[in-house]
Formats: sequence, structure tokens, C-alpha cells
Amino acid sequence: MPRPGFVLEVDKSTPPILFHHGESLRLERLPAGRSRVLYPGEPLDALDDVDGAIRRALDNPLGDLEPLHALLRPGMKLTIAFDDISLPLPPMRRPDVRQRVIEAVLDLAAAAGVDDVHLIAALALHRRMTESELRHAVGDRVYDAFAPQGLLYNHDAEDPDNLTFLGTTPHGEEVEISKRAAESDLLVYVNINLVSMDGGWKSTATGLSSYRSLRHHHNVQTMQQSRSFMDRHKSELHSSNWRMGEVLRSSGLQIFQIETTLNNDTFGTSGPMSVLQKREWEWNPRDRASFIAMKAGLDRMPMKARRRIFQSWKAPYGVTSVQAGEVEAVHEATTANVFAQQLVEIEGQTDILTMGLPYICPYNVNSVMNPILVMCLGLGYFFNMYRGRPLVREGGVLIMSHPTPWEFHPVHHPSYIDFFEQVLADTTDPIEIEARYEKHYAEDEWYRHLYRTSYAYHGVHPFYMWYWGSHALSHLGKVIIVGGEARSVRRLGFTPASTLNDALEMAADVVGRDATITHLHNPPIVMADVT
Amino acid sequence: MKALVFSRKPAKYAAAVLAGQLSPGRGAKVGPLALRDVDPPDLPGPRWVHVRPRLAGICGSDLATIDGTSSRWFEPIVSFPFTPGHEVVGDLDDGTRVAIVPVLSCVTRAVHPPCFACARGEINHCERLAYGDLEPGLQCGFCESTGGGWSTRMVAHEDQLVPVPDSLSDEAAVLVEPMACAVHAAAQVTASGVAVVGAGTLGLLTIAALRAARAGVEIVAAAKHPHQRTLAASLGADVVVAPGELDRTIRSRTSSMRLDNGQLTGGVDAVVDCVGSAESLAQALRIASPGGTIHVVGMPGVTAVDLTPLWQREVALRGTYAYERADFDTAMALAAELDLGRLLTASYPLRRYEDAIAHAATAGARGAVKIAFDLRSERERERR
Repeated sequence: MPRPGFVLEVDKSTPPILFHHGESLRLERLPAGRSRVLYPGEPLDALDDVDGAIRRALDNPLGDLEPLHALLRPGMKLTIAFDDISLPLPPMRRPDVRQRVIEAVLDLAAAAGVDDVHLIAALALHRRMTESELRHAVGDRVYDAFAPQGLLYNHDAEDPDNLTFLGTTPHGEEVEISKRAAESDLLVYVNINLVSMDGGWKSTATGLSSYRSLRHHHNVQTMQQSRSFMDRHKSELHSSNWRMGEVLRSSGLQIFQIETTLNNDTFGTSGPMSVLQKREWEWNPRDRASFIAMKAGLDRMPMKARRRIFQSWKAPYGVTSVQAGEVEAVHEATTANVFAQQLVEIEGQTDILTMGLPYICPYNVNSVMNPILVMCLGLGYFFNMYRGRPLVREGGVLIMSHPTPWEFHPVHHPSYIDFFEQVLADTTDPIEIEARYEKHYAEDEWYRHLYRTSYAYHGVHPFYMWYWGSHALSHLGKVIIVGGEARSVRRLGFTPASTLNDALEMAADVVGRDATITHLHNPPIVMADVT
Repeated sequence: MKALVFSRKPAKYAAAVLAGQLSPGRGAKVGPLALRDVDPPDLPGPRWVHVRPRLAGICGSDLATIDGTSSRWFEPIVSFPFTPGHEVVGDLDDGTRVAIVPVLSCVTRAVHPPCFACARGEINHCERLAYGDLEPGLQCGFCESTGGGWSTRMVAHEDQLVPVPDSLSDEAAVLVEPMACAVHAAAQVTASGVAVVGAGTLGLLTIAALRAARAGVEIVAAAKHPHQRTLAASLGADVVVAPGELDRTIRSRTSSMRLDNGQLTGGVDAVVDCVGSAESLAQALRIASPGGTIHVVGMPGVTAVDLTPLWQREVALRGTYAYERADFDTAMALAAELDLGRLLTASYPLRRYEDAIAHAATAGARGAVKIAFDLRSERERERR
């Protein structure tokens, strides 16, 4: 029976706490008497028979929808869209659950005589997936059967000939998605719901859409009005996607949504990484030795080698649920399963929120965690891992640990470099950034070219990263990065600190010397249910 | 009188070249520049007067001379020994405070009739720099006959004198000569978008002159040091970036594409190179648009640059040297308007010339802009 997440009150006997620090790790002692640590739950039990669960889900859809096999017929156009490289994090060991689901869907399609099938990586404005990444997601068998014929491909949000405008929501939001998907008799969406932000109408309305559509919810106003975007019912990001979903539904597009959830088994229960998943006071001598050796080894390695080691890690996640059918009904069940793993109740807000940022976020798989992504991971994702109220009070301080190098992947993040050099050098105010710079970057021909033909995130993508943190930016009194490259940290508009103690001293200027501290012990993923 | 004198001494010159390569400005320690007691220069003619310098700036061309990096092109148009210093504000014997237009044109050389350029008023194009009543010298500060500003006394033709209004400080007035260069450079630029490479004194003044000449021009400036960035913005640059960020900024602002090796397919219509190094010229060639113009304002030397983009993209490379007399008047007005005295970071007495040269040669890294000699307290200055 896995133990649920919980809140540890730090006292004098509490050992140093693990902080992820990019491609390294730190142990930090938190002040006794005023600190607490929010621990994630242990990995929920995985399904014993994932393939059986998939078949049952396809045969027993949720909501007002027939079983999948009943929706399939010869001569029909079937499109299978699936989540891209940004999910899950880290990538999961083979076979990826997308592969299992897609194979099951294709088996049914083949049995029904469906021969017009396209598979699309629903990457919106993310970078295109490489062949090896696609093979990892869908499996070699599917890749070899479809990709050579051009039937398995990356969505292209900048291909005007292959986008279809489906209408406008009552709020004036334009809905434009992949033409192939829009003109299909059935769109099957295969999702991995790593966090509660994922899935639902966001899968299609975002994943298969264009900048024309995305700009209606990927903006500062939407993000600042979401409390948080991890809580669908209080998320303006999701409200917009749900309105767009209504437009998709009204257009006659039939969608069969398949959502899956994973447990928290990020680092495994054996091997050197497993210590990262244990609670510190439960580390045995072997764990301690393993940690010391791992940290010493990492700290001596060049960054490139460290990055290669971490990026090659594939998590041994277990699949905890598969649900299929009508989008909204499916997503309600999915969200409940996500919360069952990740949600941990915690009483009251804190003055100072600390977090150790790991080496990976949704946008640097097989890539570099550049400073903008550091901001996005900390102030976007981790800060918003709450339900109810932010874990840190308004005017409070966020202390993140990450090396924050002034380094960018030149192929994946070309517009990020310009954003960092040119936009952030001018202003860090999301509203001003959006008004003055977004359109130019979004319509830049070079970025467009690289997005379409290389492996670059869309020109506008760094803006979205910045917007993702805009709620936190307006909420927080100060942001401090421990161990970060000072000039990068300053360019972000934050304060660099050499040590956690220095950071706490700096924070005291904002929130006082007796300020309460809460450490978000993430990853594995934990979401605060703040009462 | 006291004067810093630059003599033709090949061995010392070779030592300066070596020292200058090791550390910018070190040529002053070992080279042919020395502080000496010398006789004041004679008045070359009836329309000449003595000038007692108050402040005399140290220019990039002076530093190149001292460190031995100047081109041999100058050899026939300078005369040894000479006293450097062509950015000068000084006093006449009647107490009038003047800035000096240092170019030694036909009028100053008593060449009659004047050359075609001087006849048109283009004294910076004078064709008689090695002729007439004066020893060869393109400007005061490079001519044996006139002396230069790094001394307590020099001579100037009355046509070179520009009275300094009482309201203008010496510190601002000493910037008038480089400002005139910038005014002249800005007048050559007709494009609506300009990239300025380099933010030393000349770069900063060029930004100011461009802004003063045309309010609507978009100026993107590359500045290496923080204080230069602040000044560039305050003097009129719309965007200021680090030199390493300039290519990407120009690409972004001109909606150009960028090829695998980093070269742009488009670029900015005008680049003003206020450095003149191989690196700055190469950068200018990378970011100039097809059909664009590179204005070389900073003094270059013997430089190796790949001119293929110049050819393939039909880029014009245009030198910009000195000024015409009218540019000085504009510069004088701008010096007051823009409070250019703030650009004078430090001044030194002549006896500390090695420190002064070292400071000027590393000005950017040391948070400085213009370094000058301050002659106002030199005892010899008051001797007739």
C-alpha cells in the first residue's frame, strides 16, 4: 500500500533535504521550527494488465459515445493524434503507453477495414519530434508501417494549406486546427496526462491548432486569471479551451479521447537514482553512499556529460488508469486519477516557498534547460502546482535552486536566444512584452522556417514561457535563484544567491526574519491542496 | 616649454609595437613618445597665432600611433618630430578661448590657389597635406610645424580657430573635435535604419549626431561595456546590445533569415563602424543589407577581412574622415546641448602621460570614455 504524500514539520532532528539543481543535486538544511516540506505520495500501484485496461476502456467509453470498434467502418477517414515529446517527464521506458494505446486502436481499425489512417504528433507550436523520438512514442512497428508513407507526421501549425478554420467561440476566440483532423470522420486522441493541466479539450484545441487559435488563451491575461492553470475549473486557460471544444463539437468533428495516467515512479526503486524518490530520513547507509558518490561524480563531470546522463534517463512509470470516450467525461475521470497520485493537502500559505528545479521541463527534452525555461518551470509549472490558493502568500518569496546557465540549444530554441538577449534586456513585464514584441516574433519568417523544417520551437514560444510565469510574477514579492549564473539570473529580473542561507537572508528583507518556509519536494510530482 | 614629443626612432618604435601588442597603451612607456623641454613652435606666417592648450584629448589615432599600429599610409603626411594632440581647447594670448579645427588644409599651408577639395570647402579631402609652407601633416598633432595639444603651447592658423562660448565648459569643448567627426559621419548616412558598431567616444558621439540629424532614424547600437550601454541609450540609440548580440538583433529587426554559418540573408541598410578593426568590419559586412552601406568612422589599419559579402551583396564601403568647417559649428552647438562634458572621464597632467595613455587605451574596460591631458595647471603654460 503506497503511502500518501504528507507535510513534514522540520525540527532539529530533520536531516538535510534534497534539492534538485539542474543536472546536479544539493542537500540543504532548512531552519527548524518554521519550515515544512511537502512530500509527494509514493507511486500508486500500477495496472497489472495495461493492454487489457486499454481494451476495456475502448470497449466501455465514458460519456455519450459508442465503443470505439462501433465507430470504425471501411472507407472512413481516421486520424490518431497523440501527445508530443513534452510528455511525460522524464520520458517513460519502452513501451510508451502511447504506443500501447495506438496499437490497440490500429488493431481495431484494421479489424474494421479502415485503411485511411493518419497519425499526427499534436505538438502545436513545440518543436517537431525526431524519428527516434517518434519511434519511442509510437513504437517501431507503428512507425515503420506509417511514417515511410507519410502517414505519420508532426503537426505543422504554419502550413496554411493544412489548417481548417472551424469557427469562433462566443468570446471571439478563433478555432483553427489541422485540416486532416478536422476533415476526419473520427479523431482519436491519445494522451498521457502527467499533470492536471494536460488533456481534455486542450489536447485537440491546443495540440492540433495554430497561432491564430492559440493566441486567444496563451496570453498574459488568461494566465494571470487562472488560479491556477493546474485546476481546470479555476483556469481561464482551460475555460477558453473548453469553449473551443464546443466549436469543435459543433463543427461535427467526432472525437474519441483516450487519456492515461502514470504513477510517481520517476526514479525507480532500485539503482542509483532511486534515492531521489526516498524520504531523506529513510535513507539507509547505502542510499547515503549512493547519493554522495552520485553527487561527487556529477559535480566533477563536464556539463555535456551530465546532461547526457540525465537526458538518457527513462522513467519506470506504471500506468495507473486508462479512460476513453467523450472528451469531458474522460477528462473528469482522468483528473481524479491524477489528483489521487499528486494532490497533498497542506494547511495555509507560506512566506517563502523553496524548490529545487530538476534538469528537465516540458520543453527541453534532449535539449538544454535555458534560463527562460528555468523561469517557466519554477514560476510557471511548480508555482502553479496548487489547488485552492498559491502555496506561497501574495508578496512572499520564491527561492529556486538551479545553475541557470546562459546557454541555449541553438537548434531547438533560436527565438529564445533573441528573446533573452533583446526582449528581456528591455523589460521583464509580461504585459509590455506581449504588447510590444509578440507579434513580431510570432510572424518572423526565419523562426517560421526553422519551426517547419528544422527542430525549432515556434518563434512565439518563449513568450508563452514567460506568460506561464506571469501569475507568479505578479503574486510574488521577490524571486531568488540559488547557485544560478548571476548575469542570467539578473537578466530574468531575479536575484542571485550563492547559498540557501544567503537566499533566506535576502528573503528576510521582504518577509521578515521569522518567515515561514515551505519546500516543494518535487519531483516526483506533488501538487499542493492548500486549505 | 613642456611638450610630449613623438620622434622618429626606429628601435623605440619597434619596442612600442611589441609592448602595444602585450598591453594596449604600453607603447608610451618604451616607445618614441617622451616628455621634453622644447622651444615653442615658430609662427609659420602672418595669420598664425599661439595657442595655450587647456585640455587636449587622447584619440584612438593617437593611441594607434603610440602603440605602433598605425598604417604606413600616414608616413608621407606626417612630419617628425611632432607633438600629438588634435582635440584641443585652448587660450589665445588675448585670452580668447578657442577650439581648434586641426585639419591643415590649403589655407593654413598658404597654397594658392587652393586644391579642388579645399576650394569646395571640403578641407578633409585636402590634396596638399604634404605641401605649402608647413611640413607634411594631415592635422595639428601630426605636423612638426604646428606642435600639438599635448604641450603648453602650439600654433594655429586663424582659420582653424573656433571661439568657445563662455557657457561651454572646457570639458565639453574638448569633445567638439570628435563631435565634429561624428556630425560629418552622420551627414553621410541616409538610411532609415542604422547599426552603430562600437560605443567608445566616437561611437557614442556618432549615435548622438545621428539622433540630432534625424529624429526618425532607428539606431541599433552595439556596446561592449555597461557604462557605454547606458550612455548610448541616453544619447539616442533605440536599442543597445552587446556586440555578440548585434547580429541576432539585426536579423530579428529586419526580418532577415539566418543561414547555417550565421550570415544573414538581409540586414540593415547602413552600418556605422566606429571601431575599424577586422572584427568590426567583418561584423559590419555580416549585418549590412544587400545594397547597403558601411560607413567606416573608426580609424582602421592594415586589416584582413573577407570581402566576398561586399561583392556578392553589392555593399558599399565608405570611409568617413574628419569634417568640414560647418560641422564644427554644429558640433559646438551639440556639445552644449548634450552636455558632452560628462563624457570626459579623467584628465592627467603631462608628467603622468604614461598613466594617461594606459587609461585611454583601456578606457572601455575601466568604465571610462574620453581621457585628456589637463594643461591648465602646467607652470610652463604661463611663460611667454
